[in-house]
Amino acid sequence: MAYNCNILLAGFGGQGILFTGKLLAKCAMELEKEVTWMPSYGPEMRGGTANCSVIVSDERIGSPIVVEPDILMAMNLPSLDKFENSVVPGGTIIVDSSLISRKVERDDVNVVYIPATQMANENGLKGLANVIMAAKIVHTSAFIDYDKFKDVIRAMVPAKKAHLLEPNLKAADLGYNF
Amino acid sequence: MAEQKVLMKGNEAIAEAAIRAGCKCFFGYPITPQTELAEYMAKRMPKTEGGVFLQAESEVAAINMVMGAAAAGVRVMTSSSSPGISLKSEGISYIIGCDLPCVIVNIQRGGPGLGGIQAAQSDYFQATRALGHGDSYAVVLAPSEIQEMVTLTAKAFDIADKYRTPVMILGDGAMGQMMEPVVLPEPSDAEKIEKTWATSGHGNKREHNVVNSLYIEPNVLENIVKERFERYATIKKEETLYEEYMTEDADIVIAAFGITARIAKNAIKAAREQGIKAGLIRPITLWPFPDEVFAKVADTAKAFLCVEMNMGQMLEDVKLAVNGKKPVSFFGRTGGVVPTPREILAEIVKLSQEVK
Amino acid sequence: MAVVFEKPHALTDAPFHYCPGCTHGIIHRLVAEAIDELGIEGDTIGVAPVGCAVFAYNYFNCDMIEAAHGRAPAVATGVKRARPDKTVFTYQGDGDLAAIGTAETVHAATRGENITVIFVNNAIYGMTGGQMAPTSLIGQVTATTPYGRDAKANGLPIRICEMLSTLDGVAYAERVSVDCVKNILSAKKAIKHAFECQLAGKGFSIVEVLSTCPTNWGLSPTEALEWLRANMMTQYPLGLFKGER
Repeated sequence: MAYNCNILLAGFGGQGILFTGKLLAKCAMELEKEVTWMPSYGPEMRGGTANCSVIVSDERIGSPIVVEPDILMAMNLPSLDKFENSVVPGGTIIVDSSLISRKVERDDVNVVYIPATQMANENGLKGLANVIMAAKIVHTSAFIDYDKFKDVIRAMVPAKKAHLLEPNLKAADLGYNF
Repeated sequence: MAEQKVLMKGNEAIAEAAIRAGCKCFFGYPITPQTELAEYMAKRMPKTEGGVFLQAESEVAAINMVMGAAAAGVRVMTSSSSPGISLKSEGISYIIGCDLPCVIVNIQRGGPGLGGIQAAQSDYFQATRALGHGDSYAVVLAPSEIQEMVTLTAKAFDIADKYRTPVMILGDGAMGQMMEPVVLPEPSDAEKIEKTWATSGHGNKREHNVVNSLYIEPNVLENIVKERFERYATIKKEETLYEEYMTEDADIVIAAFGITARIAKNAIKAAREQGIKAGLIRPITLWPFPDEVFAKVADTAKAFLCVEMNMGQMLEDVKLAVNGKKPVSFFGRTGGVVPTPREILAEIVKLSQEVK
Repeated sequence: MAVVFEKPHALTDAPFHYCPGCTHGIIHRLVAEAIDELGIEGDTIGVAPVGCAVFAYNYFNCDMIEAAHGRAPAVATGVKRARPDKTVFTYQGDGDLAAIGTAETVHAATRGENITVIFVNNAIYGMTGGQMAPTSLIGQVTATTPYGRDAKANGLPIRICEMLSTLDGVAYAERVSVDCVKNILSAKKAIKHAFECQLAGKGFSIVEVLSTCPTNWGLSPTEALEWLRANMMTQYPLGLFKGER
């Protein structure tokens, strides 16, 4: 069966949801797989909820919009409320438990609770909870080798912002090893 | 060197492809969801030799600036989204009347009026029938992948120059916003194309050129229009593009363009897993419309299902092309709602039971 | 035999279609003389309007574009941006420039677009048969102000040179008239100077030319010139509004 993974990333605008999607999309490119990245856009991008569909596949991708995710990353309560039931049975939900106090109600999905925002704040990595979450997705789904994932991060941090590289890699380690 | 893939938004990919196709001038006005295209141009054009980016005071001004630059003989583009295209309509008619080449991008959103800002395909009629007043058409290209946005942008400039006509790239908010890896072509040398008709200064070497759409004598105007329609006939013969997907043995054939076509492919795969032979015809040129492939497939298919993000616009062209040979039904979502593969599958299943 | 008077080279041989007594012909000639004297015909692109001067593309020997109503400054902007080394001018009437094309005019001016605008103000729509123009005078009878232009009902006349002279992008704005030999000679100098401003890369230049429309004013050519002096020059005083000459 050809590989196909539908990922839905959701949270508040400003949490770096779209960047997380881009990071995963670049990982897919690194693996020479087909990939699409599709953001929600409009007023919701200015402070409201934001979500992003990423599809990784061996085959050419049809619809770029993830309706039934294999992996859901929820970084706020409205996102979990909205998308919990859309996850395919056997799929995975990764919850930022520092921002979402409730538990996932379904018992037919894998759930990972990770206090990413709290971890970021405690480690001087404010604003990098999304990278912690992304690393957890990589760890859980094993869709890319962790060393390659770190190479992608290195390639994505522009030379002008080289000082951000170490914090990003540190965040990745925190998430992957959680 | 190996093909370098870059991850790009549709809006950005069109802009970069245009620059590589030799586009020298871009005139635009901000409107969601195409703004990244203009922003990309604002960043890149000043760094391109002879490149011009200008944010106009209105869509009306922008399209007239396009007319001026096109008349001056350079490759030029503008982009907008649905309400902005309505404003450009006057200028587009004049550009057609003056036989000027240019590329116009419409990253569609829901309408009418201010409508919404989410993806729609509800400007099909406007694009294929009424981009401007008068007996006029423009070539309309409808990409469904970001890579195709790149190749069709280059093609748009070539068709525009070859036939001295505006060419529209008809995308939608989803295609504009989404990212896919693309391979960009090497820059082409558009200056090679000689434009003897251009109003770029005669240099005291030839008679003065006039770029004009006014012909007071009805007989003269009629002849001018007829000559243009001969060109349209050539365009139809030479430039019609479409994709056939699993149509060979298909009982149910979907007709869809742009983003809807790729969503339909998911539904077709799912239908085939259920034993329903479904296929797809995807018009790539919406004008000229690929009538012939529909007429051909109508001999073997049992029924057609037109799927669009509007209330049924291409549907009319599909019906004309199928010409009563087989039933044509319709499924659409509008107002910015994107259909899901599951919804389309349900329509396929329903239709397959009806035509059994 | 010495030639003492000849048609400027920048004018074609096509006979003008303008009504008897209309001053468009004079203004065309002045523009053409300026182009000849500056030796720029081969490097000049003109943009014609919609209005009485719609056929200007037949009369000027330089490359010409016929624009949509009011859009000439936008078209000229496109040409100039594409070919910055060329000289670009528009030739527009009052309806074209000051009504339907006000936005294009103001924004080309405020951008400091390096083009030259020849603005022919005769206070009426000529081509469509004598309707009110944005520059029609209070009390002026036209086909759409049959009881005279009333400020309350029809608004007040617009002074383009005064308005544009407030914009930083405008290098040169002057109002001239072609009602008498002295003023025609002055108008010629102004038009030539406007082109010189462009050649020097100074930015937007505009010459407003007060003009007559005997046909739609319902006056003889001589009466029309007198009407211009008596009525238009008080509402639209001649003079330099921006820049130097």
